[in-house]
Amino acid sequence: MLLLECPYCGIAAEETELAPGGEAHLKRFGPKSSDDEFESYMFARKNPKGVHFERWRHAYGCGKWFLAARCTATLEVFGTYPAQVGAPPPEIVAKIKARRPGWSPE
Amino acid sequence: MSDPVSALGHAAFDGFARIREIGPLGMITLRARADLPALPAAVRAATGLDLPAVRRIVTAGDRSIGWMSPDEWLIVLPYPQVAQTLARLSEALQGQHHLAADVSDARAVFRIEGARAGDVLMKLSPVDQARLEPGELRRTRAAQVACALWREGDGYTLVCFRSVAGYVMGLLTHSAQPGSEIFPA
Repeated sequence: MLLLECPYCGIAAEETELAPGGEAHLKRFGPKSSDDEFESYMFARKNPKGVHFERWRHAYGCGKWFLAARCTATLEVFGTYPAQVGAPPPEIVAKIKARRPGWSPE
Repeated sequence: MSDPVSALGHAAFDGFARIREIGPLGMITLRARADLPALPAAVRAATGLDLPAVRRIVTAGDRSIGWMSPDEWLIVLPYPQVAQTLARLSEALQGQHHLAADVSDARAVFRIEGARAGDVLMKLSPVDQARLEPGELRRTRAAQVACALWREGDGYTLVCFRSVAGYVMGLLTHSAQPGSEIFPA
């Protein structure tokens, strides 16, 4: 069972209260971008075994989108944070590094 | 004016806890940015209540106001007072970006009462009842539909959409069947 703490209401929400939203921190390519750029934005996903950043919506709670850093192999959750950021915040990066010494953000 | 009618005509069930469909209950959804300067005073002027902290519901007399999300509050009040309160809110927040809507008839309200009322909800929602504090409003799901619940008196008040009132009454009734207590005496 996956428990993610919603950064807006502070509830440790159980997975069934949440709606998944796929990979986080995608760079959006819209009109006037090249076909390759749009294709990579539209279809290419990292799908890593290990540290992953994801979008989640507290669908049955406050209804807000937030981001979560977790490990896809062990389901360990490193932290959650509000969605209005372009990259993982430093404290989340520090938490991940504490648990996964070899890891570094791209 | 037509007479307001509650969703299930005050359906009730006596199991190991008592389930009652109550209402009609007045409800106003208020949406605005939490940092809107005029908001606390406007809410106080319209309802006599202070804005609740995150995930709280404050009650005074027959009125309550609950925190629903960072930019949404639910005002619960007697049905006949809705129009007047809405008018006061609109007046106090005139020119400020906000939304105040009467959602009384879009909702169904249930009371789950008795010493084992918590057992009824434990079967339906992913909520740790032991950690649900007094005065906490918890938005969650009841089986497959969204709901909000809080402790009040000797039980819980549960609010859901009116369109699923029959489903929720079925859930609560089934969950409260005598003999199906989670912690039998």
